[in-house]
Amino acid sequence: MMDSSSIIKVRMADLNVAKYPDILTTLGLGSCVGIALYDPIARVGGLAHIMLPDSTQIKNNSNIAKFADTATVKLIEEMINIGAKKDRIVAKLAGGAQMFSFSQSSDLMRVGARNVSAAQAILEKLGIPIIASDTGENYGRTIELYTEDGRLVIKTIGHGIKQI
Amino acid sequence: MPGIDIDKLNTLHLDVLREIGNIGAGNATTALSKMLNKKVDMGVPKVNILELKNVADILGGPENLVVGILLDVSGEISGMMMFVLEQQSAHVLVNILMERDIHDISEFTELDISALQEIGNILTGSYLSSLATLTKLNIISSIPQMAFDMAGAILSVPAIEFGKVGDKVLFIETEFAEGIDHVTGYFILIPDIDSFEKILMSLGVSL
Repeated sequence: MMDSSSIIKVRMADLNVAKYPDILTTLGLGSCVGIALYDPIARVGGLAHIMLPDSTQIKNNSNIAKFADTATVKLIEEMINIGAKKDRIVAKLAGGAQMFSFSQSSDLMRVGARNVSAAQAILEKLGIPIIASDTGENYGRTIELYTEDGRLVIKTIGHGIKQI
Repeated sequence: MPGIDIDKLNTLHLDVLREIGNIGAGNATTALSKMLNKKVDMGVPKVNILELKNVADILGGPENLVVGILLDVSGEISGMMMFVLEQQSAHVLVNILMERDIHDISEFTELDISALQEIGNILTGSYLSSLATLTKLNIISSIPQMAFDMAGAILSVPAIEFGKVGDKVLFIETEFAEGIDHVTGYFILIPDIDSFEKILMSLGVSL
């Protein structure tokens, strides 16, 4: 069965949904956060690669996949469209690294951590439980969400591969 | 509010920005050439205007392992400057300058890393100082920070800055290559939107 699965790429400031047996992936997450949602009964997955925490803080906010708040809402909507039920959806988070450590802790350098908090906040508000996370640190991550069972595989350079 | 829209830059504006890449990277390439005592060739600078979703495709794809040296640019213009080396090229540079024999990033010592950082410092400094001379603008750069990681992850840092004001990023990208030892890398200047106007005006180009 897995042989016929296709891999769907989610780019920066982008989101997508998929049904079993497909795999959603996003490559090279740095300070951006990958929000991976999954309905284990319908075996529907959704993945967003968000760059910024809050659409209400930014004037030019038409690209909804760019922000944690708007992307999560849209992702759930699209998952429901292909058969997911909101009350069954669970979330996993990855990314939000601080790629460069500047001595002055400017706003820019904390954006990874702020992206993670914003994702947590919107998920809590929507009542979606976060069942696993791999966030922060100072390295990039490539993630793969398997609609087969909702596992999220995280690949790094020099920090191993893990599954959450 | 930004005084200029990335989409409204005309051919002349782009030519001027390309010329900045030419002068900045030209000076930096000369500095590198002196450091290595070898001939280093420079490519034609490119002004890339990319949608956020395509940003990670430059530098060999989002998962390509690169050494990225990033510094914050402030003063009369602001933005970021990056010096990016292919992984292999970082080994070669350290091997030449530090008389080492490294084949994997895990072999880098602290001293090797600070040498690489210093190379980044000198080269980006030479790029920015020629830009400052040309435009007569005061340009200050931060201490460079380095990361070995996936190109996509490194590029997320400037992309996020641009993401705050729009959906496109402008990179002035210049590739360089040293033929014998195959050192290749990129100088990337990422001025923020407000700085385009200042750079162009300082060179007598009206908007």
